[in-house]
Amino acid sequence: MRNIWIIAKREYNHYFISPIAYVVAVALLLLTGGYFSLMLFAANQSGSFGGFVPEISEVNNLFGFLLLLSIPALTMRVIADETRSGAIELLLTAPIRDFELIAGKWLGSFLFVLTLISVTLFYLIILSSQVTPHPDWKLAASSYIGLILLAGALIALGVGMSAIFSNQVTAFIATFGLFIFLWWLIGAPASLFPVGGDFFTYMTINAHFGDTLSQGNFYLADLTYFLSLIAIGLFTGTLAIEIRRWK
Amino acid sequence: MIQVSGLIKDYGARRALNSISFNANQGEIVGFLGPNGAGKTTTMRILTGYMPPTDGTIIVAGHNVVEESLEVRKRVGYLPETVPLYNEMTAFEYLKFMGQLRRLPNVEERALETLDTVNLDARAHSYIGTFSKGMRQRIGLAQALLHRPEVLILDEPTIGLDPSQVAEIREVIREIGKDRTVLFSTHILSEAQQICDRVLIINKGKIVAEDTPENLQSKLVGAQQVVLRVRGDSDDLAEKIKKIKGVKRVEKKEDNSIEFEFSVGQDARPLVAKTAVQGGYDLLEMRTASMSLEEIFLELTREGASSVKKSS
Repeated sequence: MRNIWIIAKREYNHYFISPIAYVVAVALLLLTGGYFSLMLFAANQSGSFGGFVPEISEVNNLFGFLLLLSIPALTMRVIADETRSGAIELLLTAPIRDFELIAGKWLGSFLFVLTLISVTLFYLIILSSQVTPHPDWKLAASSYIGLILLAGALIALGVGMSAIFSNQVTAFIATFGLFIFLWWLIGAPASLFPVGGDFFTYMTINAHFGDTLSQGNFYLADLTYFLSLIAIGLFTGTLAIEIRRWK
Repeated sequence: MIQVSGLIKDYGARRALNSISFNANQGEIVGFLGPNGAGKTTTMRILTGYMPPTDGTIIVAGHNVVEESLEVRKRVGYLPETVPLYNEMTAFEYLKFMGQLRRLPNVEERALETLDTVNLDARAHSYIGTFSKGMRQRIGLAQALLHRPEVLILDEPTIGLDPSQVAEIREVIREIGKDRTVLFSTHILSEAQQICDRVLIINKGKIVAEDTPENLQSKLVGAQQVVLRVRGDSDDLAEKIKKIKGVKRVEKKEDNSIEFEFSVGQDARPLVAKTAVQGGYDLLEMRTASMSLEEIFLELTREGASSVKKSS
């Protein structure tokens, strides 16, 4: 466990000197911040929130959607860059397990994205001063849980892809492609099957984030779904490293 | 400390290492020589636990590299061929990170000590990205020395360094080699000659020679070559030298010098000199043209060369 933490710490610190990480951070916060401002503005215009009540889950939904593009940009280099520079050789000959390396890389990236997500808590504070009597806390909590699980799962898959491909650009495209697949494409066959088509819908990320957690509904199935994706991502990454050793 | 027997490594259909066996003891500096692509780096990567062997038994620092990879990795220091470093870290931060991964006690103190060993203490808090090739190489070495490993494996540690830096690194290696096991690869033969207790010559995935640099030289050559130069025509002299006892081969060169060979232990030089002077020739030069390790190397790694194994 300590090895995972040491790797994670370096990874986390690395993001703060990475230009891509800054671009991603600025884009994410600018877009979600802008969206939040517009939402508040619109609510005020419609007269003391008479029309609709702004909720933080709306902002989190946008944040989650933007992660589809942001996470591949963040994770593409985590392993691929070590492979390209050759630094992987020292990590793989240090007394740490392959899983610890992958898990550490995942944790470091996850903590960085959590840092970005935590910035949106300011929106929630602002919101609580604007909405009377108070925002829907249960909905807010559920949507944050959803966003955090989503980020964890996407990062794990991204780290896995980065371990498979030794080229950053390839890793980015593969990761983004995988996300598009999981977000929409895997659900497409649903309409083709009169019976059992639900299975495909069930496999989409949206079925567990957009349709449930971000609506304030927390199901154990959603937790299982995201934890499974994290496990798959980390397992794939570890396997890719093992295979690379044998090549 | 290092025991390798029957090591085989296949990359797909290509056999990179073909049944390699050797030992290296504590306090021994072993040089690993061979042309590019001979299998030096592959062997080292297997010894350090970076990749598994296809077959063979490898014991490093008392542990099997396949079954107890982590135990081996704890006890081995490794400097890869291309020194991979994190440019955004300072030398000190980097060593601290590597030390933490190795769970060293007093890691900060140890990092500073090691930087001192490789003469980089003055640049401890500079970013690695600003370092010259030689400094990076020394950071790589520091990283390998950090945990005071029982076995040190260095892949071409002096490549790309300027002469004074090469001398420094060699000094460090020699110092460490006093009480630990060092295996280092090089294709600079004089380097192996200077600091190694023993040399392994590898070619096409096989060990073709193994001995001390001196023994290798005398065993392979078996005879000493001498070049003789006199003023004027030397045809007659060549004929006379042929008749001298112990002389094995005489060759007249285009530049009018004579090259002859005698068996080690039957020094024919005094007689040859006397013959030349008595024959009325002006003796201009007589020098030994013994085979350097360089020539031995070329000889051994040539296509179809016979192999010379340690005889003792």
